[in-house]
Amino acid sequence: MDWLHFSPDEWDAIRLSLRVATVGTLVSIPLGVFIAYALARWRFPGKFLIDGLVHLPLVLPPVVTGYILLLLVGRKGPIGAFLDQHFGIVFSFRWTGAALAAGVMGFPLLVRAIRLSFEAADRRLEDAARTLGANSIVTFLTVILPLALPGILAGAVLAFAKALGEFGATITFVSNIPGETRTLPTAIYTYTQVPGGDFQAAQLAAVAVILSLLALLVSEFLSRRISARIGG
Amino acid sequence: MFDVAIRKKLGDFSLDVRFASEAPVTALFGPSGSGKTSVANAISGLLQPDAGKIEVGGTLLFDSARAANIPIHRRKMRVVFQESRLFPHLTVKQNLLYGRWLAGKRNGQDVIEVMRMLGLESLLSRRPRTLSGGERQRVAIGRALLADPAALLLDEPLASLDKARKQEIFPYLEKLVAAAKVPILYISHLPEETERLAQTVVTLDQGRVKSVGSKIG
Repeated sequence: MDWLHFSPDEWDAIRLSLRVATVGTLVSIPLGVFIAYALARWRFPGKFLIDGLVHLPLVLPPVVTGYILLLLVGRKGPIGAFLDQHFGIVFSFRWTGAALAAGVMGFPLLVRAIRLSFEAADRRLEDAARTLGANSIVTFLTVILPLALPGILAGAVLAFAKALGEFGATITFVSNIPGETRTLPTAIYTYTQVPGGDFQAAQLAAVAVILSLLALLVSEFLSRRISARIGG
Repeated sequence: MFDVAIRKKLGDFSLDVRFASEAPVTALFGPSGSGKTSVANAISGLLQPDAGKIEVGGTLLFDSARAANIPIHRRKMRVVFQESRLFPHLTVKQNLLYGRWLAGKRNGQDVIEVMRMLGLESLLSRRPRTLSGGERQRVAIGRALLADPAALLLDEPLASLDKARKQEIFPYLEKLVAAAKVPILYISHLPEETERLAQTVVTLDQGRVKSVGSKIG
């Protein structure tokens, strides 16, 4: 048995999964930080609605989330058609759509972790920064954000892990196209459906386990370094 | 130097304070809960009075009658807090230069002098969590002093320290008071240090001014 020998299709699935999860997570971080901050610190009408909307992918069946994405962001959907016409951005049946689905599914985990760290922040340090001449934007960038870094990182890793494993929303929204939208989980699923595909399925499952463990290790390592620095 | 007349309702507590002092160092003296910190916060801008007027060094900071309210970050009222409030993610040096950097001032000879005066040269690359309570407070004093202050508000800078640490810091405070070229408001509930540092003492009790004079009243 040659464990390290992957077929081109398998390599495609691994590479694609990493790209989809990485892009989906990275792109959602700025929005996640903004929404987490708004939920932690601001009062505004409809706050509970935003809170609910953000958390919806956590409780909905992933297939439903994928279907909603298809209706809204698909080629004929209102958002999808708009983006296609004005910016030439297409999500449906592309890897970018898989990244979008992955980002949406990981978003609640991302926002929760970041929000907690904003809520736990020592407001007295922000007051100190204000008296030293920092306006609210500078205070945010130089005090609030750096101190929330461990939370942002923890949330990003959770979202990344979730994105790596995302199946239902992805297959519903962008289908299962080799080389374009066939990520690790959909590839594993596909191999389990073909006769003689057991070995490849097991191989890719092992890769999924290793990648997820690596993500956890990296996050543990980074968060230790950051807390040692901040003195958490 | 300090011209303060403010009213503020804070739950069951009401603050109604009026005093003027031309002394280089003015002390706010009184038991805990007498409203000292609220007055300091009103001057720095962290607390907005319900009504009144605040002038420091001839600059109007707040006037409810004219709807004037300078934002906190433009007042240049540099505060030394009781619990130092150093930024944990920055080094001592970065903490010291934080306000200065925001004020857009270059680092000149005075930075070196302040570091020397407060004995901070050997601590510059350390993080706040590795410092002793006394060292932290010295850094906090330096941070306020280097931030191009229009006035310094020292809010019980010794209160969180034990007796030995207090004796360690006090000489630095005396040096600071002698060297500072801006008005200083010194807040304390301890009579000895108050009368040693300040020329004018404003005594507060239950949110009111009990006396203003050269001694505690």
